[in-house]
Amino acid sequence: MKINKLYLVLLLLALVAPFFLYPVFLAKLLCFALFACAFNLMLGYVGLLSFGHAAFLGTGGYVTGWLMMNSGLTPELAILLGTLTAGALGALYGKLSVKREGIYFAMVTLALSQLVFFIYLQAPFTGGEDGMQGVPRGKLFGVIDLSDNISMYYFVLAIFLFGFWLIHRTVHSPFGQVLKAIRENEPRATSLGYNVNDYKWVAFTISAALAGLAGSTKTLVFQLASLTDVHWHMSGEVVLMTLVGGVGTILGPVVGAGVIVTMQNYLSSGELGNYLHIIMGLIFVICVLAFRSGIVGELQKVWKRNFG
Amino acid sequence: MKMMKKTLLAASVAALASSAAMADISDGKLKIGVLADMGGVYADICGQGCVTATEMAVEDFGGKVLGMPIEVISADDQLKPDVGSAIVRKWVEDEQVDVVGGLVSSAVVGAATKVLTDAKKIALISTAASNAFTTKQCSPYNVHWTYNVAALANGTVQPMVDAGNKKWFFITADYAFGHALEDVATKVIKENGGEVVGVARAPLSTTDFSSYILQAQSSGADVVALANAGNDTVNALKAASEFGLTEMMSVAGLLVFTPNAQAMDPNVAGGMRTTTGFYWDLDEQTREWSKRFMERHGSIPAMGHAGAYSMTMHYLKAVEAAGTDDSDAVIKKMKEMKPDDFFSRNATLRADGRMVHDMYYVEIKKPEERRDGDDIFKVLSVIPGDKAYAPILPECNFK
Amino acid sequence: MATFLGINLFGLFGQLLVGLINGSFYALLSLGLAIIFGLLKIINFAQGAMYMLGAFSAWLALSYLGINYWAALILVPLAVGFVGVLMERFLIRPIANEDHLYSLLLTFGLALMVQGFFTHVYGSSGQSYAIPEALRGGTKLPFMYLPDYRAWIILASVVVCGLTWWMIEKTKLGAYLRAGTENPQLMQAFGINVPLIVTLTFGFGVGLAGLAGVMAAPIYSVSPDMGSNLLIVVFAIVVIGGMGSIGGAILTGLGMGVIEGLTKYFYPEASNTVIFLVMVIVLLLKPAGLFGKEA
Repeated sequence: MKINKLYLVLLLLALVAPFFLYPVFLAKLLCFALFACAFNLMLGYVGLLSFGHAAFLGTGGYVTGWLMMNSGLTPELAILLGTLTAGALGALYGKLSVKREGIYFAMVTLALSQLVFFIYLQAPFTGGEDGMQGVPRGKLFGVIDLSDNISMYYFVLAIFLFGFWLIHRTVHSPFGQVLKAIRENEPRATSLGYNVNDYKWVAFTISAALAGLAGSTKTLVFQLASLTDVHWHMSGEVVLMTLVGGVGTILGPVVGAGVIVTMQNYLSSGELGNYLHIIMGLIFVICVLAFRSGIVGELQKVWKRNFG
Repeated sequence: MKMMKKTLLAASVAALASSAAMADISDGKLKIGVLADMGGVYADICGQGCVTATEMAVEDFGGKVLGMPIEVISADDQLKPDVGSAIVRKWVEDEQVDVVGGLVSSAVVGAATKVLTDAKKIALISTAASNAFTTKQCSPYNVHWTYNVAALANGTVQPMVDAGNKKWFFITADYAFGHALEDVATKVIKENGGEVVGVARAPLSTTDFSSYILQAQSSGADVVALANAGNDTVNALKAASEFGLTEMMSVAGLLVFTPNAQAMDPNVAGGMRTTTGFYWDLDEQTREWSKRFMERHGSIPAMGHAGAYSMTMHYLKAVEAAGTDDSDAVIKKMKEMKPDDFFSRNATLRADGRMVHDMYYVEIKKPEERRDGDDIFKVLSVIPGDKAYAPILPECNFK
Repeated sequence: MATFLGINLFGLFGQLLVGLINGSFYALLSLGLAIIFGLLKIINFAQGAMYMLGAFSAWLALSYLGINYWAALILVPLAVGFVGVLMERFLIRPIANEDHLYSLLLTFGLALMVQGFFTHVYGSSGQSYAIPEALRGGTKLPFMYLPDYRAWIILASVVVCGLTWWMIEKTKLGAYLRAGTENPQLMQAFGINVPLIVTLTFGFGVGLAGLAGVMAAPIYSVSPDMGSNLLIVVFAIVVIGGMGSIGGAILTGLGMGVIEGLTKYFYPEASNTVIFLVMVIVLLLKPAGLFGKEA
């Protein structure tokens, strides 16, 4: 039960962190960690690389932002609806894409997300290049004022824990076992009588909904939804986070998101800001050439070699 | 760790503050953040140059206010509203920044001023053009210095419509600034008996304007108005000349900054008219400051650079006069005191945060008129501030 | 002004022609992608960056070495192709036996680095490259003024695309290439150096992007992000045409340019979206693409 102890320590750290670090930064980190976990559900457990997950992040963000500004809903309901919309979009896209494999799947998801990008660029409600500005954070359940950064952080933490728990449950359920079977040997899973495409489709929908949840929450934290969240660079960034942390490990995406977001945070304000993209590209290349298991994957290997 | 640093800092500050008892600066330091476009299409207009201009103002002021040091920090907004607003949020919530200057792209400034107003911090806007900051999105903490779209449209469009150019076609930058400029200009055109025959909206940083130019060509307009800025204007004009548009109809650059005018082919751009809030070669005073700026920055100042200097100076004077860096007290002083320097002529800072000052209707010089590469504009007339800027709105009358 | 059924024909033809010019670039870039994909099963995400590299090299060659446009047209694609050869030999080959997704990610990383480097050194605002002396001016067509340089682009790109297609589909060299993809072991047994062929083909595909870059330099401003914006459109075109189909890539590239031009005339707001819409429709009706074989 070493794993449970590790989780407990991490949870404690997360609970006290806002008293030592800037809460908005921590909340951003959690949002991206959730986004990367959602993405990893597809890449790590189904073996499909989606290059269009930004579409779901952005959709969640825009829907929640619009609802907060125009409907008078409380934040938790706005986030719920944002998540559901992203999930519905995911279900639609899944229908179009899960039949394709490998590189074809990556290309199709990329192109579909680009379609979403241009729709948001043109649609009047998103504010186009200006972004959706001044989204109110509102009062949680109509009671707790989220404009306080510390309250906002704990709300984000709760959402993250829920998302993380859901992914953990999915992966370890019978459903998750079938997914892994598909990843390892698809023809065999088919011959065992599983409808492979249906399983992939459900996984894609869950992944999209959780990416939408991350986007919805992020919009609330920054009080802004913008095209950056739907741009294909964002789809690339989440691949990088997962790759750095460790594809197919449950904690990998969290670690990867932590590394990348922290790096962006410190580089963007310093002298090295100009080098950000060069460094990110370099990390990509190094990971692919030398560390394909990522930080958590490599650590697991070391652990197994020495203690396993 | 960070917490400890803060406590230590606070303790040492307290010690300092007791020695300089009269100072009422919140954390022993006045911190100015400059948010600008360091590498994008507006980098030459208000990028590192705006940081330099702000630093010059701080140095000229003596580097200290109320006995406390002044620090200038800067960041790149990458022209993205999300990046800009996140930086400003971090500055005011985590890094004790007292005032934010620079502020270039209207999209970024819209997002940034919302954060600043929530935090009750002053936004000193030098280069953004949208008039929204003192109208639709007005706030008691917004100060809009150099120019805005109303001044550009009133300055450039009216004389051209009066001269008989009735049919207009717009090539508009597809975001807050372009829309605002197009709206105001359309109003001026209609009020003076002209009409708008077509609009093409091009995304920010478009490289190939050819299809928009073709639309303009088949519209039958008298004037093609470029409601964009920076390199977009340069590229649009390039395509216009390539497709022979400049020989068929006249082109009006509604917003032409000096660095962009320098980048244009003088054979094509010569004779084009526009409105500006500043030109380096107006008189002795502007030449003196511009020379100092040029020595440090390497090129002649654009209007946003001069504006950044002027507004920082006025802010610092107001802090000194108010005896505190508290935003409410400072903004009150800023609006009471009349800005007056080489940039701000016949100027007042109105209750809505709009700085009203003399504007200049200019023509881009033809190749044969130019002394050298820095000799770009010929001033045709001075537009008094109250003619150029729209009147104050009742809902934005912050006292 | 000529109108037909209420349509302004002059405006329409103009937009179609501009569409065809854009289509020429699409065709060159998607051709390069299709060649690389067909032989190596690699999606080269750095193709856009190589296009940008081509444009920048032309600009640098002119500004610092005085190499003019016509020389650049030959030298730059060779140089960019050589970069491609190095890329294949030292970065892609070591992971050739891994999942092809890793090579996609590798080239994505490379693209970020190259773009980041040029942004860092030259800023993102773009450099301008003058149109070569011989191609300034233009022709007055009945429906529009066609600048000579734009006419040259269409001509050059159609010739290059046509030659490439002929070389791969109709010559002995092309036959080796295709056979090398189908059955590398057999070809190796026949004494043909397959790894060398693979490397050279990758270099050729990348060189095409470099050539497109040189051709684009005088009309688009030479900026670090010029490739990344175009690349995504080109990906969609490759998907529509059917991945790996050489002729499909060329025809779809030109065709999509024309469709984009039409959209710009009838409903400009959708001009950026239309290619992706076409892609969705094609995927629904013919999942392997218009000219692709069902996998």
